[in-house]
Amino acid sequence: MERVFSKESEAKIEKLLNSYPDRQACLLPVLYIAQDEFGCLTGDVMALVARRLELPPERVANTATFYTMYDKQPVGKYHVQVCVNVPCFLRGSDRVLHALEKELNIGPGETTEDGLFTLSTVQCLASCGTAPTIQVNDAFHEAMSVDKVHELIKQLREEQEE
Amino acid sequence: MSVEQTNYLLRWRDKEDLCRLDAYRAHGGFRSLRKAFSMKPEEVVEEVKKANVKGRGGAGFPAGVKWSFVPQTDGPRYLCINADEGEPGTFKDRYLLSDDPFRVIEGAVIAGYAVGLTHGYVYMRGEFGFIAKEFDKALDDARKAGYLGKNIMGTGYSFDLTVHLGAGAYICGEETALIESIEGKPGRPRLKPPFPAVEGVFAKPTVVNNVETIACVALILEIGGDKFHELGVEGDGGVKLFGLSGHVKNPGVYEFPVGKNLKEFIYEEGGGILDDRPLKGVIPGGSSTPILLPDEIDVPMTFAGLQAAGSMLGTGCATIIAEPTCIVQVSYRIAAFYAHESCGQCTPCREGCSWMAAIIKQIEQGIGREEDIDLILSICDQIQGRTICPLGDAAAMPIRALVTKFRSEFEQHVRSGRCPTPETLR
Repeated sequence: MERVFSKESEAKIEKLLNSYPDRQACLLPVLYIAQDEFGCLTGDVMALVARRLELPPERVANTATFYTMYDKQPVGKYHVQVCVNVPCFLRGSDRVLHALEKELNIGPGETTEDGLFTLSTVQCLASCGTAPTIQVNDAFHEAMSVDKVHELIKQLREEQEE
Repeated sequence: MSVEQTNYLLRWRDKEDLCRLDAYRAHGGFRSLRKAFSMKPEEVVEEVKKANVKGRGGAGFPAGVKWSFVPQTDGPRYLCINADEGEPGTFKDRYLLSDDPFRVIEGAVIAGYAVGLTHGYVYMRGEFGFIAKEFDKALDDARKAGYLGKNIMGTGYSFDLTVHLGAGAYICGEETALIESIEGKPGRPRLKPPFPAVEGVFAKPTVVNNVETIACVALILEIGGDKFHELGVEGDGGVKLFGLSGHVKNPGVYEFPVGKNLKEFIYEEGGGILDDRPLKGVIPGGSSTPILLPDEIDVPMTFAGLQAAGSMLGTGCATIIAEPTCIVQVSYRIAAFYAHESCGQCTPCREGCSWMAAIIKQIEQGIGREEDIDLILSICDQIQGRTICPLGDAAAMPIRALVTKFRSEFEQHVRSGRCPTPETLR
């Protein structure tokens, strides 16, 4: 069955179409809307975006695959992203990453079996003054330490059980 | 004479709630805009030219001069505010967006009025989604109060702003890649000319300015172009945000007049090196700027000052590296960043950055060859100056400096077949 957007998503898309001078300019925000609704941008989701914006499917795929924040595969409920670039590295991001690997029992690019956590390494999060920084979904967690990693993961697991 | 900290741009640190419109207004907000509206647009451009404000995104092109390149044609003309902050070491613009958003909005409307622009996009990196949500609310409040949208403050001038979120591509901080990304395309830089001022977003005349530059515009109107210029040094005016990260006791964002001494910054405001370890090197303004050795940092933080020292001011956010950090490891992280962020359009950058990262990684792991060290330098030669945009240079310049200045450390890795830094100290 062909996918369709929810009413809420449709309303957002309509608003975008009215605010940009051309349809393709809505592509980045509409891909976010699609990702929010369907979890990740699989082939059929990209096809839906192409139909809705009346764009060639390959043009949608071209843009969607260029940017790293569009997930082409399912990610866990919590996407834990660890900055490993120089300023974070200097403040111990490797220790933070190893603590997460041990705590979650997965490596970067992997998802826990229960689908709760995906672990990734990322490039600079523009939080170098409060390094090391990790991002979990929308939120930044700055000045991280091994202890704070354990606390955070515990908290997220509890949040899930509630 | 020592250059003291100022708080023109960081005033939110001692004034509460500036991210609320009423508080912003109570602290004189939108007075600069009112003043701009009392002047002719070309007079506003003149004022910004007088200020000698060099672009705060890192390239340092004078903002007023950039504005004067926009042809006065009919039809839409755009402002793009570059909030794609993401070069390792750089973390200043986000605080202007989150803690003083109306300053950015006010500066944008002034820029729009001065250059005759019809709409603006705030291009924020995707990871700043949480900042974008709040910034959107600030835009709504400004719109409701008549500072944005149709017929601003009853002057007949209309201008609005849209937040456009990126999606995780550092290259979109390059102005033409940013434009492509607003148009819904992959962020691959365009050949210049045509320059964005003539043919930018949606093929219309476009001004691309950094967030801090736009915040400076509101400040310039507030205190006057001459006064702003005088705060800095001749030809490089004003105050600027600077950052400290890495092995320093007091990391964070600071504000000084342009011209603050880098060494003094690190040892006085920065409190010196973490755990009082010996200093190994300083990356002065983001990962693309060549590393300076401890005896090279007694320089003024101006575009000319850092250039004379063989590096660049860049974004003014310095990363401090203390002993016993492995420089090969640092080099690998920098090379891997550019390999990851290369858009893939130009062969020297796409292939060169990946090879540099792979070769440096082998050296770090102790399986590199002696000749690999010169091979890295040869790759730098083949990237630099041979690509459409500056990302290739941004990768080659710091790697060349790291390999040249710390060559013995690379050689030691090769000869001993391992990283000499004990694991516990890395």
